[in-house]
Amino acid sequence: MKKSEKLELINKHSPHTRCVKNFCLAFIFGAVICGVGEGLIYLFSYLGADERSSPMLTTLFFIFLASILTGFGLFDVIAKRAGAGTLVPVTGFSNAVTSEAMDSKSEGIILGVGAKIFTVAGPVILFGITAGVVYGIVLFFYYLFSGGIVVSF
Amino acid sequence: MKRIIKLDTTVSIISHAAVGGREERLGPLGERFDFCDTTNLFGQKTFELSEGEMGRVALNTALTKANLSHENLELLVAGDLQNQCVGTSLGLSSFGIPFVGVYGACSTCTEALIVLSSIMNTGEHIAYGGAVTSSHNCSAERQFRTPLEYGGQRPPSAQWTSTAAGAFVLGRDAGAPRISEFTIGKMVDGATVDGTNMGAAMSFAAADTILSYFDESGASPFDFDFIVTGDLGRVGSDILCDIVSKEIPGFDRLHADCGLLLYDSKTQDAHSGASGCGTSASVLASHFLPMMERGLIKRILFMSTGALMSPSSVLQGVNIAGIAPLIKIELESTKKKS
Amino acid sequence: MIITDIILAAVSGGIICALAQLLIDLTKLTPARILVLYVTLGVLIYALGLYEPLYSLFGAGVSLPLIGFGANIGRGVYEAVTNEGAIGILSGGMTSSSAGITLALVMGLTTALIFKSKSKRM
Repeated sequence: MKKSEKLELINKHSPHTRCVKNFCLAFIFGAVICGVGEGLIYLFSYLGADERSSPMLTTLFFIFLASILTGFGLFDVIAKRAGAGTLVPVTGFSNAVTSEAMDSKSEGIILGVGAKIFTVAGPVILFGITAGVVYGIVLFFYYLFSGGIVVSF
Repeated sequence: MKRIIKLDTTVSIISHAAVGGREERLGPLGERFDFCDTTNLFGQKTFELSEGEMGRVALNTALTKANLSHENLELLVAGDLQNQCVGTSLGLSSFGIPFVGVYGACSTCTEALIVLSSIMNTGEHIAYGGAVTSSHNCSAERQFRTPLEYGGQRPPSAQWTSTAAGAFVLGRDAGAPRISEFTIGKMVDGATVDGTNMGAAMSFAAADTILSYFDESGASPFDFDFIVTGDLGRVGSDILCDIVSKEIPGFDRLHADCGLLLYDSKTQDAHSGASGCGTSASVLASHFLPMMERGLIKRILFMSTGALMSPSSVLQGVNIAGIAPLIKIELESTKKKS
Repeated sequence: MIITDIILAAVSGGIICALAQLLIDLTKLTPARILVLYVTLGVLIYALGLYEPLYSLFGAGVSLPLIGFGANIGRGVYEAVTNEGAIGILSGGMTSSSAGITLALVMGLTTALIFKSKSKRM
């Protein structure tokens, strides 16, 4: 049997992901998280946090919440339905960190938890920071050649 | 190429046991399992140890049913899904039985029965041998996919690795279901790199083995009560029936898939069905062999199906290869086992 | 107006999540790649000067998704390069994202010490 025939059979019999349903669920869960987050930004501002701190505190709140839910074994039950709705907000990042840590506990604290905690967090931090460095280099040379600001080494 | 190997001495499955976890208990065959632990832990600290313990309990149960002790076993052939087959050594090393470890991904059950029965066929002094196969949902998820608490979605083609073990004690009783022939599977390109569509990747190997068997033996498929596949699931079964029905009309009426029998597709969210090498082992031990012993069926072809891959090969984008070894299990005398 | 802001945040955040879901379902992008893509995109959006206007309109709708995490890195780099010069290229990103990363890691460790992974139900 040729490979193309095999692929044809696989495509014919593999069920399609329920895109519309998943799309709607991701929208709903994402909307609830961000809506609540906006409310929290208002709350933190009301409590006296400044313009920079209130969104940061909100982000931290969701990192905390997702980690706790992961510990109680509830996050994956929600995420099974929510899909990207809980993956894309910081909750997904937090869940990835905590779930890797919990899972590797049996292999020890140092090389189990300590090393594997970065399995998903590592790529996110690495590429985020690298993108930041690229932006920094561009910005630095822009300043250097535009001469608008005196740059110091 | 001749691929069918006949056993000329009597090697029969004199006893068997199926052990499972929570989801297996809730499935249609749950009542017929010898033992299910709804915590999936089997009293152990880690899921890797739980898998070993599950295999140990299965072998002990099968031995007890045959009124034997582990000292009667002269050979043990076993395997599982964990790295370096460590699930088996964690659970079975304390028995102190000469041991052959086998790995055929989810085809391990049939592979173990082939290896054991052919050794017993040559070494006629061997009175009793044991074959054990296990898979554990939690140890497999950790090894092949994501952490247990990770919030991810499984596509509809994905299968659920069963928490199950099957143990078989082989002996020389002519009245018990006998392994009379086998065909060793070829590694067949599964045409996909998708680790969440293993049923599809394995179906081509299953089709190769079935067509080769009937081509060579000249037997009529309708001499068999069932042609059983291991864990093709919904997607793989559909592809297999599509391919084989062109050559053997009516094949879909004979075909049964352990991956579709283990869970209830209406009440359990297993997506395409069960997978893992415990699936075919536990369904053979809890469903097909008891049916044979009660005289309801006389002859089956049993073919576990395996997807040969590793976490690295999936990340490296290498196609999954499928494999499907086959054994013929038949009841020769009409005498019922008491 | 608080109600309007919450609705705007919810709708924009929902759309960002739903687009990621489409990418997962229709392409071969895995969730881990989506996360990396969104963080990098966040840095880019900040670099292009689009993040501040988007944030003032949508609030948590853009700050909570990982785009906000990336934009935070972008802002850290911008401020550090502007104030400290070349060394800011290296120090900026980590500085501004340190609170989030540290909390996620410390919570990960703490939770792992307290809880055990449970076997999953279908």
